[in-house]
Amino acid sequence: MTNNHEYTIALAGNPNTGKSTLFNVLTGLRQHTGNWPGKTVVHAEGFFTYKDEQYRIIDLPGTYSLYSNSADEEVARDFIIFAKPDVTLVVLDATALERNLNLALQVLEMTDRVIVCLNLMDEAKKKGIIIDIAKLSKKLGVPVVPISARNKEGIDELLETIARMVHGEIQTKPTKISYSRTIEEKIAKLLPLVKEVIGDEYPARWIALRLLDGDTSLLHALQSQPHHLLKGGAHYGCHCSAKSI
Amino acid sequence: MDATVPPNPFDELLKEAQHLSGDDTREQIVSAIFQTSQAICKETVTYTKQEKLHETEKLDRIFTSKIWGFPIMLAMLAVVIYITIAGANVPSSLLAEFFGWLEGYITLAFEKMHAPEWLYGILVLGLYRGTTWVVSVMLPPMAIFFPIFALLENYGYLPRVAFNMDRLFKKSGAHGKQSLTMAMGFGCNAAAIMSTRIIESPRERMLAILTNNFVPCNGRWPTLILLASLFMAAGYTGGWKTLMTASVVVAMVVFGIVVTLTVSWVLSKTALRGVPTHYTLELPPYRRPKIWDTIVRSTLDKSVYVLKRAVTVAAPAGVLTWVLANIHIGDTTVLAYIAHLLDPFARQLGLDGYILMAFILGLPANEIVLPILLMGYLSTGALTEVDGLRSLKQIFIDHGWTWLTALNMMLFSLLHYPCGTTLINIYKETKSKKWTFVAFALPTGIAIAVTFTTAHIAQWLRFI
Amino acid sequence: MTQVKLERLCDAQPGERFRITKINIEGTMKRRLLDLGFVPGCEVTVLQKSPLGDPTAYRVSHTTIALRNEESSNIYGERIRDDKQS
Ligand SMILES: Nc1nc2c(ncn2[C@@H]2O[C@H](COP(=O)(O)OP(=O)(O)OP(=O)(O)O)[C@@H](O)[C@H]2O)c(=O)[nH]1
Ligand SMILES: [Mg+2]
Repeated sequence: MTNNHEYTIALAGNPNTGKSTLFNVLTGLRQHTGNWPGKTVVHAEGFFTYKDEQYRIIDLPGTYSLYSNSADEEVARDFIIFAKPDVTLVVLDATALERNLNLALQVLEMTDRVIVCLNLMDEAKKKGIIIDIAKLSKKLGVPVVPISARNKEGIDELLETIARMVHGEIQTKPTKISYSRTIEEKIAKLLPLVKEVIGDEYPARWIALRLLDGDTSLLHALQSQPHHLLKGGAHYGCHCSAKSI
Repeated sequence: MDATVPPNPFDELLKEAQHLSGDDTREQIVSAIFQTSQAICKETVTYTKQEKLHETEKLDRIFTSKIWGFPIMLAMLAVVIYITIAGANVPSSLLAEFFGWLEGYITLAFEKMHAPEWLYGILVLGLYRGTTWVVSVMLPPMAIFFPIFALLENYGYLPRVAFNMDRLFKKSGAHGKQSLTMAMGFGCNAAAIMSTRIIESPRERMLAILTNNFVPCNGRWPTLILLASLFMAAGYTGGWKTLMTASVVVAMVVFGIVVTLTVSWVLSKTALRGVPTHYTLELPPYRRPKIWDTIVRSTLDKSVYVLKRAVTVAAPAGVLTWVLANIHIGDTTVLAYIAHLLDPFARQLGLDGYILMAFILGLPANEIVLPILLMGYLSTGALTEVDGLRSLKQIFIDHGWTWLTALNMMLFSLLHYPCGTTLINIYKETKSKKWTFVAFALPTGIAIAVTFTTAHIAQWLRFI
Repeated sequence: MTQVKLERLCDAQPGERFRITKINIEGTMKRRLLDLGFVPGCEVTVLQKSPLGDPTAYRVSHTTIALRNEESSNIYGERIRDDKQS
C-alpha cells in the first residue's frame, strides 16, 4: 500500500468473553452480542483511528482452543499464523481465568505480539475475584490490560498499549510452556526439520508441536500458502504493511 | 512453480512427525498447558467472596429444575408475547391514524397537481398504503418483542433453554444447539440460517436449516397476533382478550416446535440418517444486562430493520398488487382472475383463493402477506383506510371468514415455505439447489397437509 | 498407592465431586473435553441434571459445562467423598 499505513488487530478468545462488545466499543459498529457461546459466526471487520493512525480490527469467532478441532478454530488459528496481525488481542473472561488462560498460552506460543485483555472486570469485582495484574503480566511476559468492555472502562489504556506495541515500544517475552520430557525430546528432534522445510517465517517450535499432535490441516494450510517458497526468508503477510510488496 | 522442488519435503516432515508422535500426545500437551495456567492462577487470583461464586448455580437449580424448568420456559414465552400484544395495540392504532391523516394531505396535494388517476393509484393507494400498513402493524409489536427477547438473551437464559430441551432434540436425531438457532429464528429465519454455523456436523446442521422456518419470524408474529386476537379471542374483552390471544400464539409456537421435532425425527430416520453427534454446551453465568442500553439499542435496530423491509419489500409489493388489481381481463382483474383459479384448491385447505395468492405473492417477505390479502379483498385493489381492528374483521367476515379460516391461515403462515431472503441464505450456506428446493417443498407440503387435515376434520365434525 | 476401582462420571450424583483419571473417548470430542478442562487429574463438581434427565451440568475450572450421558459415561475417575464441601 501507500503511505497510508494501517495496523491490523485480531480479537481472539474463548466464546462469550465479550470480543464483539469490545469490537463495537472500538469501532462504533453494532455487531450482535449475546450471553451465549457462539453468538458470532461470521467474522467481522472494522476500522478505527487512534492518534491519527488507522487500525483494522477483526472479530474472530470465539474458540476454546487453537488446535484444529473445528472450522472456527482453524479460521482463528490461520488468521493469527498467516495474516500476522500487528497485535493479537486475547480477550479473557476474568471470572474464569483458569480456563481462559489456556487459549492465551496457546496464542503466546504462536506470536509475541500479544496483548492480554482481561474483560468482565466488573463481574469479577462483583464476585470478589481479585487478580494481581502486574504479576500476571510478568508471568505471561506480555502486557495485561484489565477492561470492562460493556462499561467502556479501561479502553484508553488498552488503546495506548496497542499503539505502543505496534510502534515497537513494548518488548514482550512470552512465557514458554515446558512440556513433559518425552515431548520436549520429540520437539528437539523435529525442530531442525521444521526449520529447514518451513523456514523461519513461522514459529517453528509451535509448528513442531502441532505436527506431533497430528495436526495435518496446519501443514496443508502452510503448503497452500501461495507465497510460500520453501526457502523462507522473504516476508509476506496478508496485511498491508509497508514491507509487503 | 514447484517443478524444481524435489520429493515433497512437506510429506517427509509429516512422516517424521507421525513417526514421533504417540497416542497421548494431545493429552500431555493440554495437561502441560493446564498445569501452567493453574499455576499462574494460583499465584495471581484470590477469591474473597466464596458465597458469590455460585449464585448462577443456585438460579440454575430453579431455571433448569425438574419441576420448574419447563413451566418457567413456557411462562417466559407467554409473558413476552402477552406484553407484546398488550403493548402494541395502542401504538399500532396511533400509527395507523397518523398515516391516515397524512394520506389526506397527500391526496390533496395530488389533486392540486392534477395528477392522473393511475399515478395516484400506484403511488398512494398502492405504494403508500402498502408501506404504511406494514409499518403500523409490524413496527409496534416487533419494537416491544425484541427488546425483551434481547434482555433474556443478554441475561444468559438461552443456553438454559438448550440445556432443558437437549434430550428432545437428541431423541429426534438433531443437535442440541438447534434450540439456539431456533431462538434466533424468532428474530429472522434468514439470520438464523447463518447462526446454524454453530452446529458442526453437516447432517444436523441441515436438519436445523430445513426446520428453522417452523418458528415464526418477525414477519409472521404480527400476522399470528392479529388473527388470533380477531378470531380466537373474539368473545373476550380487555385483559382476558389479550391473555386468550397470547395463549393461542403460544400454542402456535409450541406446535411449531412439535413439528420441528417430528420432522427432524423423520428426516434422521430417512433422508438424513445418522446418530446425533456429541457436543458440549457451556452455560455461562447469568449477567445482569445493561437494561436501558439493551432496550434502546434493540428497539432502534429492530425499527430500522422493519422500516427498511417496509421500503424495500412492501413498497414494490404494494405497487404490484395495485397494478394487478387494476388491469382488467374481460370483466375481472388479473388479481381476481388468479384468485379465482386458486380458489378450488385453497378451499380444500380451509382457505380461499385470495389468501393463497397473498402467500404466493408474499414469497419475498412474510410481512406483506396480510397487506396483499387486504388489497385483494377490496374491489378497488387498494387498501382501504382500515380504521381500527373492527372494520378489519368486517372485511374478513364479508369474505366468508370463520375462525377456521383464521386458524388455517395461521397454520399455513407458521408452516409454509421460508421467505425469499431465507431461501437465498439457505442456498448460500448449503450451496445445493437440491437442498434449497427441499427447504422450500418440505414445509410447503407440511403446511398443505396440516391445513387440509384441520379443514376436513372441522367439516366432518360439523356433519355429525 | 492404593488401587481404587475407577468409577464413571455419569454415576456421580449432583453435589458430588469427582477427580478425572482417564477419558475413554477418541477423536475430536476428546480434544474438546480436554480444552474445556476435563483433563486427567482435574476435579469436577456435578451440578445438576436437565429436567429430562440428560444432559448433566458440571462445574469445571470455574465454568459450567453440560455433557450428555454418552460422554460422561466414558470419563473415568474417582468420586471424592468428603461430604463437607463448600
Ligand atoms: N458485565 C459485563 N458484561 C459484559 C462485558 N463485556 C461483555 N459483556 C456481556 O457478555 C456477553 C457476551 O459478549 P459478546 O461480545 O457477545 O461475546 P463474544 O466474545 O463476542 O462471544 P462469541 O461471539 O460467542 O464468541 C454479552 O451479553 C455482553 O453484554 C463487561 O465488560 N461486563
Ligand atoms: Mg461475538
